[in-house]
Amino acid sequence: MSILVDKNTRLIVQGITGNEGLFHTTQMVAYGTLVVGGVTPGKGGEWVLDGKIPVFDSVKTAKDATDANATIIFVPARFAPDAMFEAADAGIPLIICITEGVAVQDMMRVRNYLDQKKVRLIGPNCPGLLTPGEAKVGIIPGDIAIPGNVGVVSRSGTLTYEVLYAMKNLGMGASTCVGIGGDPVNGTNFLDVLEMFEHDPKTEKVIMIGEIGGNEEEKAAQYIADKMTKPVAAFIAGQTAPAGKRMGHAGAIIEGGAGTAADKIKALEAAGVKVAKHPEEIPTLL
Amino acid sequence: MKLHEYQSKTIFSKYGISIPKGRVAATAHEARQVAEELGGRVVIKAQVLVGGRGKAGGVKLAKDPAEAEQLATQILSMEIKGLPVRKVLVDEASAIEQEIYFAITNDRAAKKPVMIASAAGGIDIEEVAAKTPEKIVKLHIDPLLGLREYQARDVAVAIDLPREYMKDFVKIAMGLWEVYKSTDATLAEINPLVITKDNKLVALDGKMMIDDSALFRHPELNEMRDTDEDAPAEIEARKYGLSFIKLDGDIGCMVNGAGLAMTSMDVIKLFGGEPANFLDVGGGAPAEKVAAAMRIILTDPNVKAVLFNIFGGITRCDEVARGILTAMDEVKPKVPMVVRLVGTNAEEGRKLLENANMITAETLADAARKSVEAAKKGK
Repeated sequence: MSILVDKNTRLIVQGITGNEGLFHTTQMVAYGTLVVGGVTPGKGGEWVLDGKIPVFDSVKTAKDATDANATIIFVPARFAPDAMFEAADAGIPLIICITEGVAVQDMMRVRNYLDQKKVRLIGPNCPGLLTPGEAKVGIIPGDIAIPGNVGVVSRSGTLTYEVLYAMKNLGMGASTCVGIGGDPVNGTNFLDVLEMFEHDPKTEKVIMIGEIGGNEEEKAAQYIADKMTKPVAAFIAGQTAPAGKRMGHAGAIIEGGAGTAADKIKALEAAGVKVAKHPEEIPTLL
Repeated sequence: MKLHEYQSKTIFSKYGISIPKGRVAATAHEARQVAEELGGRVVIKAQVLVGGRGKAGGVKLAKDPAEAEQLATQILSMEIKGLPVRKVLVDEASAIEQEIYFAITNDRAAKKPVMIASAAGGIDIEEVAAKTPEKIVKLHIDPLLGLREYQARDVAVAIDLPREYMKDFVKIAMGLWEVYKSTDATLAEINPLVITKDNKLVALDGKMMIDDSALFRHPELNEMRDTDEDAPAEIEARKYGLSFIKLDGDIGCMVNGAGLAMTSMDVIKLFGGEPANFLDVGGGAPAEKVAAAMRIILTDPNVKAVLFNIFGGITRCDEVARGILTAMDEVKPKVPMVVRLVGTNAEEGRKLLENANMITAETLADAARKSVEAAKKGK
């Protein structure tokens, strides 16, 4: 067991013939991920990876032919909202969007639509998922993590690598690593993933990597205090980041005083979470 | 991207929202001319991209063109929160009966746009929100459905807007929704929206912020960007698609990924140093981009040491190393440089830098500690 993806996940790649799509498909297949097809409109009928993976014109045709149950998106930002709508309409229950720079209003439309369809979205602007030893659905370098019993959830990309690498150096493995992405409006938040880890028999401890802005870490702290039985260690990036030059009042009215690293650390510590001073310290706290 | 008041109000008026007559002026003489054209009393308003202009003395009332010129001279020589005032807006003065707060913005927690309104508008609105939150009305908008007129009416009722203004308010709300949607705004704010003594609803002030990720479909808005208020290094960084913020410390930082870049700053501080900047070279950074980043960091005379922290994923460490070598050839840096390469092609990267006379580090903590020591020696 693990969460979200494992060796049985049947993955398609949207944007499979693009530079990034092709590069990471190669990496994912080398890791052992079951990539059953790809989508690039206009290139249906072609094959990639030396004839191993078929390309389709649409997500619907890809799903019909391959029985895929997850998709990963590598298309440019301006096409990503359409790619997510398309995947949801084709009935794919799990969408992982790696693309960075999707417009916020587009994301609000996507998220509200996907919620109605009960589709799980990870990202956008995220490194994806890694269940070490089973499946890599994203861009996290496979060799920096080993299988284990620690669930990792993070808003950041390279900072997550840093933590996985520090874990590996201590001989500590991960059950699943989930990069939820750093955008203001995304598909899956800390709370969702903590809940999944809490119910996953293979996960015994959890590492959570947050950063300044928003109030998802505070909500997670509340969940940890109320419901979570497994130990959690955390790190919050941006403790020294300067406050932006604020202009309108709406942000302050909506978010109140929340969002600073100090607030988040306080909320997490109050919930019994050990908060590290620097990322390499996190694994030593568990 | 932030827009100035005068830019925001011009956009508002295109969508049917009433604004006062007025024009922007770059000199006191020009301000006088605008005042003469408008006749009567005018308001001179500093155009800077920060809040709290009124409280800082950047908004003044003038009774005639001569006073307008004199006040404009004064305001144009001001600095507000460190930003020099380069333009003033000269607006006809309104006789105010009531000030209302009205905005549409993103509620990231709800994943929806939200309308915010209050009968207690004006410069103290944040205090109102903190002390008497019951005076603030919030109503979420379904992003798939858009704002419906009944919702605007609900808001009008909730803030006790006199009934005779209901129709105009709905028109303004629908207009502001169109502004928000069609410009990909993250904020469209009218504060105050006033009821004038002659019974009109007028947007006296306007603020807008545009989603940078959506600018590809708004070239006309991108041209409104006021680069006067950005540090030259930040403008240069934007040209190369680098995310850069100048800070006051003496350790230059180049990192891939925003989270890791912030963390590297945190760890420098943890070991007693001060970062000179935030710089995210992004994913898959090619050598030219890395070289540009390095030039930008080294133009800061405060920089006494540079820390490179690259965790390769999409980014290949050998490509980064090539960028560093290119930039070193060009700028011949005199400050010590600490480099840490981990992940994709790290070994190749380290080999390339072997003869470049750089301090190497294994862990992030080690890299931060070494850069703090190096910066101290350089003083």
